Amino acid sequence: MMNQTQVGGTKAKAARALAMAGLIIIFIAYMFPFLMVVINSLKQKRDIIKSPFSWLYTIKGLSFDNFVKAFTQMDFLNAFKNSLIVTCCATVLVTLLAAMLAYYIVRNKNVISGATFALMVASMIIPFQAIMIPLVSIYGGTLNVLNHRITLIFMHTGFSMAMSVFMFHGFIKGNVPIALEEAAYLEGCTHTQTFFKIVLPLLKPTISTMVILNSLAFWNDFLLPSLVLTDKKLLTLPLSTYSFYGTYSADYGTIMAGLLLCVLPILILYVVLQKQIIGGVVAGAVK
Amino acid sequence: MESKNKGKDFCIFALPGMFCFFAVVIVPFLYGVYLTFTDWNGVARDKNFIGFTNFISVVQDKLFWSSLLLTFKYVIVVVILVNVIAFAIAYLLTRGIKGQNFFRAGFFTPNLIGGIVLGYIWQFVFSRVFVNIGESTGWNLFEISWLSDPSKAFAALVMVSVWQLSGYMILIYVAGFMGLSEDVMEAASIDGATGWAKLKNIIMPLMMSSITICLFLTLSRAFMVYDVNLSLTSGGPYGTTEMAAMHVYEKAFTSRQFGVGQAEALILFIVVACISGLQVYLTKKQEVEA
Repeated sequence: MMNQTQVGGTKAKAARALAMAGLIIIFIAYMFPFLMVVINSLKQKRDIIKSPFSWLYTIKGLSFDNFVKAFTQMDFLNAFKNSLIVTCCATVLVTLLAAMLAYYIVRNKNVISGATFALMVASMIIPFQAIMIPLVSIYGGTLNVLNHRITLIFMHTGFSMAMSVFMFHGFIKGNVPIALEEAAYLEGCTHTQTFFKIVLPLLKPTISTMVILNSLAFWNDFLLPSLVLTDKKLLTLPLSTYSFYGTYSADYGTIMAGLLLCVLPILILYVVLQKQIIGGVVAGAVK
Repeated sequence: MESKNKGKDFCIFALPGMFCFFAVVIVPFLYGVYLTFTDWNGVARDKNFIGFTNFISVVQDKLFWSSLLLTFKYVIVVVILVNVIAFAIAYLLTRGIKGQNFFRAGFFTPNLIGGIVLGYIWQFVFSRVFVNIGESTGWNLFEISWLSDPSKAFAALVMVSVWQLSGYMILIYVAGFMGLSEDVMEAASIDGATGWAKLKNIIMPLMMSSITICLFLTLSRAFMVYDVNLSLTSGGPYGTTEMAAMHVYEKAFTSRQFGVGQAEALILFIVVACISGLQVYLTKKQEVEA
């Protein structure tokens, strides 16, 4: 009997070691492209063509020249600023408006709120491609408001509204006791005060999930901004990467440095907020 | 929220959000249906009503159907590979090994980065790094860039998509595995269930809700692939990797046939909606309570 447990123990240990070894190999394979970017961002073109792998034996040595060049050529600071403005404004706007709308729908059962909610749930399966053409036609042709940051912010807000309302709706229905609000009304609070002072703080878990999901989506989005913004001064990071790549595609070192610059802000944020981001993504998917 | 000033509440709480949603999603969607019956070219002021002419053009647009067929092929391969790989990695990750969180976070990294940047990173890997391996080892597989060979370019696109999407699905499967009840697993082991039998009869049915979510997410994402397609192959070589979403974009914004493009977009939408709906229905039926 004793012997058997021991055998089982070593067997389990061996299995664990095997799993670990397999995982490490797969992990290195997953990280390989990033490794290549980092290594080659410091090298000159000649050395990259000779061997993309090594950091040693370079003819011209390693330097940060590529980064300086990419930084200025991409107009990095400006694109970063544009992305930041659009992402922050749209995230705040959609979070607030969706929370309010969801709250209204949960607490007011009438035809309009019911129909709106049903329409929102149904609309979540519509892919962006099915809307982009009329979108350009309406906002570019009839209204002529393309090439403004506000237009992009407004569209981001509209597109993520359904999903956000859906998430807030589920949370408010299950976790926000109406008794609290009634107490607030008795104390003389208006509806607006009650919402901002009592309800909104209770929504924190969903707020953090939605902020993470939406801001990641807005920050990385390419198709929608590419349809809305063409003015060089307004380009967001993915757009400026796209045009930068078009111009410098043969200049590997500079390109690698540019791509790394692009990825860096979000990776830094990821290192700091890793737990929250992963938690948010899982919560967003499982609902 | 029952009170006298219902109208005011509606205006403050519901209207702004509803306005954004209707102005950006519902109105364009309905207008898009109307557009499919017009000959609008993107510039002209007037649109003429032309009935079903656009839909006839769609039927005759061979490139659209071949891109749709290619998309089907791509979706099938990607969905299977992503889910099998993610399921397997998630299984390994939940075997009580050290550094589980580190691995999980690492695998997820590609999902934080936009498809455009990912496509460019891989373009470099395929056209320089792999070619360099081919040159120095004499491996035929890597001798010329995968991106300049039609069948290998498709494989490259699949590979990058699987690489990106699997990290996301790993998160969901890991959450699923962690939710499996210890008691049930132990009972299964005591009853002598091991290896394949345990996986097939115990684990898979209990994981069905995770599988439903992952299949749905991979299906809808793979069908709508655009960013990676654009930056990795941009449809090439010779348009052999042009997926449906990209074809729709080209039709509307490059060939300026907005009506035809929109009709194709709607057809694509209906196809995706039906397939995802069917998938959710079928896998939901398999779900069991522990």
